[in-house]
Amino acid sequence: MRNITFAFLLLLPVMAIAVEPDEMLQDPALEQRAREISKELRCVVCQNQNIDSSNAGVARDLRILVRERLVAGDSDKEVIAYIHARYGDYVLMRPPLNRATLALWLAPFVLALVSLLVGWTVISKSRRKAAISGFSVDEEAEIARFVETNTPKGGS
Amino acid sequence: MGRLLAFVPLAVAAILGGFFLWGLNPDRDPNNIPSVLISQPAPEFDLAAVDGLETPGLSRADLVGNPGPVIVNVFASWCVPCRAEHGVLTQMVEKDGLTLFGINYKDKPEDATKWLAELGNPYERIGSDLSGREGIEWGLSGVPETFIVGSDGTVLFRYVGPVVGDAAISTFTEALVQAGALIRGQNG
Repeated sequence: MRNITFAFLLLLPVMAIAVEPDEMLQDPALEQRAREISKELRCVVCQNQNIDSSNAGVARDLRILVRERLVAGDSDKEVIAYIHARYGDYVLMRPPLNRATLALWLAPFVLALVSLLVGWTVISKSRRKAAISGFSVDEEAEIARFVETNTPKGGS
Repeated sequence: MGRLLAFVPLAVAAILGGFFLWGLNPDRDPNNIPSVLISQPAPEFDLAAVDGLETPGLSRADLVGNPGPVIVNVFASWCVPCRAEHGVLTQMVEKDGLTLFGINYKDKPEDATKWLAELGNPYERIGSDLSGREGIEWGLSGVPETFIVGSDGTVLFRYVGPVVGDAAISTFTEALVQAGALIRGQNG
């Protein structure tokens, strides 16, 4: 059992690489660019996996397409735009800022602001409470009078 | 203000709870990827006929100028759900008189020919997409996928997965009615 686990662990790094040798480009600079672009594109069948690490058939087709576009002389941006035009925002690992994603992008800031506001109100409230003894002005005056009249005059 | 503050946790719980309820809805399919093609002109493509099959090939030009909306079905002989879907599509062609085009996706021509000989061939035209390259033009994520294309070449509807079972068939039929390919109630 232990041996099987060990063999599996040895396989793990290999499984993370989905790019097959026959897909790779001869030019190492172009291949490097293709790898970087592939990491920005989401696989359409496996979800939350980029096409660089996915073994799915469509992911392989897209990797080959990315390389085709690069060889044809497209810039990185043009390659991503090419795939984006066919599969929509979904294929981008980083969602673009547009009307549909506005809530997604602004939510963290709005939530942080709201929680800061709530925290600040709660803390300032509890501080103010600590300063008040719980007696009204009249009661305070009465207590003072009571202390005054019941204190032995002229010390001990 | 203090009183209102006491309701903040409740409000947070209600919002989160609502979100979870929405997420747990069995009708919601997180794998459902919105298609960018809807209401857009169908992609440019030109596919040759399947080798050994008499049915002609399919290109962008064949999608334009039809008397009504057409169905474009992406299928393969190696795709098991396609086999189940085949009967439904055949019935749509035979009973409702709809026009069905096919894209044979990453399939060996001899396998496709055998498959169609066995199950029957309801397709008016079939383009052979051996490499899967044209599938990308259609934003394909797998097979089967079925599109409804208007007579002006605009993609009106996309269905991912097999059109099998009452729910899928009624969704697809409704889309055909919306597209004007079927009259409501015609499909009984």
